[in-house]
Amino acid sequence: MAFREYRIGCVMFGVALSLSMFITIILPGIDISSMSSTKIALEKQLTYGWETGFNYYDPFLQGKDKPIKVTLTKDPKTGAAIDKMNAYVFPPGTHFPDGLTHDNILGGNVQVLSMSLGEINSASEEQGGVFTVDESEDGTPYIEYATITRGWTVDATLKAADHQSLAGSGKTMFVREGCWWCHTLLPEQTQDWQTFGRPPMVGDFNGESPTTFGSDRKAPDLLHVGSRNSSREWLTMHFFNPRLVQPHSIMPRYDYLWGKTDADGKTIDLAAWDVHYLAYAKGDEVYPPIVPTPAPDSEARMLIDFILNLK
Amino acid sequence: MLKHLFAKEEDIPQGSAGIFFAISSICWFIIGTGLGSFNAAKLGFPDFFHGSYALQFGHMRQVHVHAVIFGWIAMAFAASMMYITPALGNTKLWSEKLGIWNCLLYNVGLCLALALLWSGITSGREYSDHIWPIDLYIAFVMVVPWSLNVWMTILNRRTQGIYTTNWFFAASMFMLIIVFLIGNMPEFLHLTGLNEAYMTWWFAHNVLGLLITPVAAAITYYIVPKVTGNPLYSHRVGHLHFWSIVVFYSTPAAHHLMSSPLPEWLKSFASVEGVLILVPAVAYVCNILLTMQGRWTMFVENIEIKFTITGVLLAIPLNMQGGFQQTRAINWYIHGTGWIVAHAHLALLGFSTFAEAAAVYYGLQVLLRRKLWSASLANFHFWMLLIGFSLYWISMTIAGLIQGAAKIYEVPYVDVVIAEHPYMIVRWLGGTMVFFGNIIWLFNMVMTARAGDPVPVGRQPAEVAYTR
Ligand code: HEC
Ligand code: HEM
Repeated sequence: MAFREYRIGCVMFGVALSLSMFITIILPGIDISSMSSTKIALEKQLTYGWETGFNYYDPFLQGKDKPIKVTLTKDPKTGAAIDKMNAYVFPPGTHFPDGLTHDNILGGNVQVLSMSLGEINSASEEQGGVFTVDESEDGTPYIEYATITRGWTVDATLKAADHQSLAGSGKTMFVREGCWWCHTLLPEQTQDWQTFGRPPMVGDFNGESPTTFGSDRKAPDLLHVGSRNSSREWLTMHFFNPRLVQPHSIMPRYDYLWGKTDADGKTIDLAAWDVHYLAYAKGDEVYPPIVPTPAPDSEARMLIDFILNLK
Repeated sequence: MLKHLFAKEEDIPQGSAGIFFAISSICWFIIGTGLGSFNAAKLGFPDFFHGSYALQFGHMRQVHVHAVIFGWIAMAFAASMMYITPALGNTKLWSEKLGIWNCLLYNVGLCLALALLWSGITSGREYSDHIWPIDLYIAFVMVVPWSLNVWMTILNRRTQGIYTTNWFFAASMFMLIIVFLIGNMPEFLHLTGLNEAYMTWWFAHNVLGLLITPVAAAITYYIVPKVTGNPLYSHRVGHLHFWSIVVFYSTPAAHHLMSSPLPEWLKSFASVEGVLILVPAVAYVCNILLTMQGRWTMFVENIEIKFTITGVLLAIPLNMQGGFQQTRAINWYIHGTGWIVAHAHLALLGFSTFAEAAAVYYGLQVLLRRKLWSASLANFHFWMLLIGFSLYWISMTIAGLIQGAAKIYEVPYVDVVIAEHPYMIVRWLGGTMVFFGNIIWLFNMVMTARAGDPVPVGRQPAEVAYTR
């Protein structure tokens, strides 16, 4: 019996399915892969590192294996004052984003310039290094391996930094905690310009994984939230208990991301905090309890850095 | 069941695998809808149950989705295939033993997969949330043995042709494996950027379109003629349905990303193909409803037909929404709103769940050769599901339209949150009805296995439903 009588059908089935996959996977794949990176894509890759979802190097999604984004106002090598700029520090062993390790991610001129002017080919993950994003005269962005081109070492750069942002690790928190089930990172092209800012462009994503657009919006889009709300204090209170600053919010509390102790090393007692909070909510106490400042290595700090970095 | 794991193939009673899958699916249905109801409560009352941080919305949402899709829907499919495929081939299941092992490892794998998701270990991709080791387990331990059983049973059939239902089963399992392996490429090969985003939705679309919709339809192609006694209205229309699914349903993946910066040609192409999904949809619904000719009283009297036909009727609004909501003219208004959540539940909790519930009701009676323990409880279950679902669907559709309006008027977002609040509560109540209905169902089925009246040899459960 078998499928003998159905030979023509089986062949047609194979042809139809293959054709469908050719049109919906191969063709879009070729088209999308031919897009050059924008500056945003380069910055995102250098901020978020290799992979933010589950991977060997951070199997429990704790924000490991991520670069550190620093703000510099003086040259780490010479100490001379420079214009304020960002650099991305990959401590030795940190995995590089695909754009640094594969030739077909950055695209066209971006790739060429990153290799010629930027010398990214001499970078290696074992040694780590410092990267910056620059623009050529005609406006093409490229990645520069500042450890070679400017002599900036990892330690010196971290020491010279005015500010260190753990936005890369923060994205891991964003993925793990499922913020993207409520928030999107994709202002819509049709109507969101006014409220949430400029929608992303084709080249804005090269090398990023996962992209976590989100599909289901129950809360404001966050792609440019750092531009409209850059108060660390507000965010700290909002993450600890959104209803402290927005009584109607349905956002969950993220107080457990503070860990066991706060920035001063004091133990955080969530249950005791709650007792005061409930009394405040009922009107028995005039002021809400104080929100602890997150410790510098806490997950809350990482998450807030990530949000503030969404400009 | 477990005692059969190491038995010889000949010693295992026929239908064991089907029963095992069917009972598991009902249990997962309860767990899955329970989780759904819990999530819904959280969206209505965010501080409900705070303090148990493992129970965060962001951790539990995907657990609900995967519990209902992999636990309930897929296992109900497996249960149906384990008894329908052999029945249509006039033969027995290729291997009951494989089926039982398959079901056991399926349950174990699903528990593990959900536990990992729950603790936040995720790939960060909607619908392909599972991490790649779990993806491989799902593909090769859960799905391949199941497919093998279906394909081999069809190959070993003792009938000349293959009935519509069985083409769908065989082809859908094949497409599922292909879609699953290709759709998880972003993880296997570390694809990045828009390619990753697009492949994520390619997977999500195709797993729905090439597994859930066709298999649910295939089940009704079996149940309706079998229980009513009418032959299928038209096999030709069945052909049209099948081929147009393969061609039109496998192509519009990009319509999930209409507002993203994907290439414009791709979005337009997807949108046109998406409208063409109406071809299989209309063919299918007409075919089933015309099969009912002369037997419409059974829609009232018979529990399996009641479930099946309700599902098919729900497929009408489903397809009308599906066909048009992804055109540019409409999509911008409802994209990312509660409308889509309502639509997702119309497809899965409406159309497909009603079809599967019928198949599980029918299958358990046939496999156990016992009449339903209580027809009243079954009716009660039906109404709990239908009313609960309707509350869910209507409330979320309204919530979605509110969100859509807010897009135009650009109100502060928190005003939308406030406006949606009552609908969130209604959705929670509706979903909770579904959950309680399912508990009743499990009880009814356990009692059927224990104390149901035997169905005489050669008779249908439907024929003796009202005899004492
Ligand atoms: C249950 C849905 C939900 C989840 C999950 C959620 N949020 Fe929110 N979020 C909201 C809502 C609703 C608002 C708007 C009301 C408010 O300000 O609290 C909001 C507001 C915000 C804001 C302020 C936005 C603005 O425009 O000023 C930020 C920042 C934010 N969320 C970040 C996060 C992060 C980071 C996570 C994950 C750790 C997260 N949210 C998880 C629902 C959610
Ligand atoms: C078999 C039945 C069900 C199936 C197959 C199912 C499936 C799904 C799917 C696919 C989603 C994702 C929707 C999207 O991303 O657009 C989802 C979300 C959800 N479901 Fe269900 N569901 C079922 C029953 C229920 C029930 C009974 C409830 C109880 C209220 C429920 C509550 C929810 C909630 C609260 C969400 C999250 C919605 C959001 O994020 O806005 N579901 N479900």
